[in-house]
Amino acid sequence: MLLAATLFALGLVGLLVRRDVVFMLMSLEVMLNAAGLAFVAAGGGWGQPDGQVMFLFVLSVAAAEVAVGLALVLRLYKRTLSLDADAASRLRG
Amino acid sequence: MQAAFYLAGAVAVASTVLMLTRLNVVHALLFLVLSLIAVAVAFFALGAPLVGALEIIVYAGAIVVLFVFVVMMLNLGDEASEQERRWLAPGIWRLPLALGAVLLAGAVALVLGGSGAGVVQPVAPKEVAVSLFGPYAIGVELASMLLLAGLVGAYHLGWQRRAQRPEEEVRDGLDTGGARVAAGRDTVRPGPRRPPRAA
Repeated sequence: MLLAATLFALGLVGLLVRRDVVFMLMSLEVMLNAAGLAFVAAGGGWGQPDGQVMFLFVLSVAAAEVAVGLALVLRLYKRTLSLDADAASRLRG
Repeated sequence: MQAAFYLAGAVAVASTVLMLTRLNVVHALLFLVLSLIAVAVAFFALGAPLVGALEIIVYAGAIVVLFVFVVMMLNLGDEASEQERRWLAPGIWRLPLALGAVLLAGAVALVLGGSGAGVVQPVAPKEVAVSLFGPYAIGVELASMLLLAGLVGAYHLGWQRRAQRPEEEVRDGLDTGGARVAAGRDTVRPGPRRPPRAA
């Protein structure tokens, strides 16, 4: 659980510090992974399989999030020719 | 078993820190793979072999391959790395590090103050499967719908990008007509031989 907390905090720091969209997505991956680790550790601690089931759901959420997020990154790069998240603040619908 | 868990945890934390401090995206990706594999080893040490194997297959296999493809398609140069270096001044780290430290302190206090999980008991994959398709069957259906939505959404975003490419080329002043002809994408361009549209 301590490992999961540490990894989650690291992912949060990365999300806040980096302005590169790809790095932000990778930090999100780390945070989701830490949440999954917490689920599995808790499930193992109580001897229940529910933790691992929840990890499978976290895994599918991460896969869907990464697919959509990377498609958005490609769009953003085509539009602004850079990967910085601040460039997206000038978007107008 | 305990030693393996703590070793894997130390490797995971160290490689995550290294990932966050890299400037090159590819180096960071390799450290991300290392971090994910270390977490998978921690899963094996926790007595959850099914989840460990899935972690390697799905995270380190599929998701990181997606990242690598996107990085290769983006083809970032040195100037992006240079910009990141300029923006990663040490002062920038202070507030996020403080926020992360507060969060970490709260979580650590919560874990240490609670009853504690004690010794981890291994959970067999069979129990996981029985539970997954027993009481959690609706969750499986929801996950499949989520994945379908993700697939359709990613396809939609990528497809729009291709449809808008001609205007963007005009706007950016790029001439890639030759490449497009070489790619064979102009074979259905509407020309004078096109049958007149019904009025």
